[in-house]
Amino acid sequence: MVLAASTATSTTTAVVFWVLAIVSVAAALGMILAPRAVHCAVLLAVVMLSLAVLYATAGAPFLAAVQIIVYTGAVLMLFLFVIMIVGVSAADSLRETIRGQRLAAGLAAIGFLVLLSLIVGHAAIGPASGAQASYGAANVTKIATLIFTRYFFPFEVTSALLITAALGAMVLAHRERTSPKPTQRDLSALRVASGRPAPLTGPGTYARHNAVDFPALLPDGTPATLSVSPVIAQRPGAPEAVDEALREASGVLPPGPGGPGGPGGPGSRAHPDGEDASGNGQEGPRS
Amino acid sequence: MSPGNYVALAVILFVIGAVGVLVRRNAMVIFMCVELMLNAVNLAFVAFARMHGQVDGQVVAFFVMVVAAAEVVVGLAILVAIFRTRRSASVDEANLLKY
Repeated sequence: MVLAASTATSTTTAVVFWVLAIVSVAAALGMILAPRAVHCAVLLAVVMLSLAVLYATAGAPFLAAVQIIVYTGAVLMLFLFVIMIVGVSAADSLRETIRGQRLAAGLAAIGFLVLLSLIVGHAAIGPASGAQASYGAANVTKIATLIFTRYFFPFEVTSALLITAALGAMVLAHRERTSPKPTQRDLSALRVASGRPAPLTGPGTYARHNAVDFPALLPDGTPATLSVSPVIAQRPGAPEAVDEALREASGVLPPGPGGPGGPGGPGSRAHPDGEDASGNGQEGPRS
Repeated sequence: MSPGNYVALAVILFVIGAVGVLVRRNAMVIFMCVELMLNAVNLAFVAFARMHGQVDGQVVAFFVMVVAAAEVVVGLAILVAIFRTRRSASVDEANLLKY
């Protein structure tokens, strides 16, 4: 009976294994071929999630959960944060800088693969042990028992490692301030000196839509181009929104009550946002 | 599924990660390939734990995960520090230790 049950589950496990093996190897190959670091990170997430499922099928449910939480959740998010800091659009140039490096790397990889295969082939890997008791709900209990008995000292050393890593990261990421920190007084003086003491209008203010790519309307009805983030303004489709706002401003659509024809009225002095085209204007005197 | 299949998959993933470390120039991608190699080793540990019917291998894989997390934290902090001074994440640019 146990044998029948194990063969039934082994078929499922085999299907899962082969599907995930193909997926993970393909994603890993894509990772070393994709020019952009973000694509590499996403493909690495695919590999890690596949490995998590493989852990679960191999009788390590605790490790599967830890894999998802620690690797996919924490490590990869950290990678993505740093990629965003370093620049998401920076593509890695796949050009060879050292001549013959690809060829040498390929040969080394083949040699390494053969070596590892021979080692593993000699390792006399037997079938899965029949000790199924350690795979179910007892898995966590067994791991906890081992960690807090036989591997207690390494576990404590791990805490020292983690504290050292946290301190090291703080020291390495810390930047010494070369200029004195601007006080609130300095900031307000800068803000007044910048010619725009008030914050910029948000996109879509007094306009027909409140989408982020839709410029706000000034008191005289003209669209305020500075109200749209310059990143969004450069994207395709953004000029159409400005055109639409201009068409509305020219009177195709009657402004609603409290809209652009409100207290300011047409012909009043334009908001300083309207004409100022220098820079994005978002870098006010905020720190 | 025989543990041998898991170990074979681990070997393949490890070699792919090693190739990535050798051929890529972006330090971030190199880090990711190192993570891939660590993951492959973890898979081998889990497979051997299953083969022997004991969870010692899983405990070791757990420790590998902890060390990998610490390594990523410090490595990425170094990367950010390098990027601040050199405005580049390419390993070709960081060559001052060569001479």
